[in-house]
Amino acid sequence: MTWVAAGFLALGVFFGVVGNFGVLRFPDLYTRLHASAKCSTTTVVSIFIACVLLEGFSALSGRIVVIALFFLLTGPVTAHIIGRRAWMRGVLPWRRRRAL
Amino acid sequence: MDVKLILDLAVYALVGVTALSTVRVAIGPTPEDRLIGLNLAASQVLAILVLLAVRQKQAVYLDVALVYAILGYVGILAIARHLEKEEGS
Repeated sequence: MTWVAAGFLALGVFFGVVGNFGVLRFPDLYTRLHASAKCSTTTVVSIFIACVLLEGFSALSGRIVVIALFFLLTGPVTAHIIGRRAWMRGVLPWRRRRAL
Repeated sequence: MDVKLILDLAVYALVGVTALSTVRVAIGPTPEDRLIGLNLAASQVLAILVLLAVRQKQAVYLDVALVYAILGYVGILAIARHLEKEEGS
């Protein structure tokens, strides 16, 4: 069980590193938002799964499940609010420059 | 395999990743970019708090993590609404 939890922790750290590189490297607000939203959700959920596996069935793991449900509800809503605000302000999506 | 060592390594890695994600808050060209960086940093701090709670076996960290998640959500909503009002006037 410890090895499975260690694997989930490594997966969470990997998703965090990849998401940060995406947020730093992508050219546009919407692509950065995409990287940020996906990778933050996967990081948090895989680390919470690892913590529940390490902890077993106890009061701690029950609270972790509650926090995970709350995060699963609010993460996409936050990303949607940020993206909608940018769209209303008139930020145009990035396109690859192409020779006509 | 020592459980505490694994949790320590994960906490150190996540602290480094959070420091990396505040770069976007510093250099973001638009306010929305700064909000994206802030959202990412908040989610990683939430993961760090849960890891610390499991490592120290203390449930207080989990209460802090829940309140932090709620306040981060409400704070980002309030900042977005404030920017929208500033834009419209």
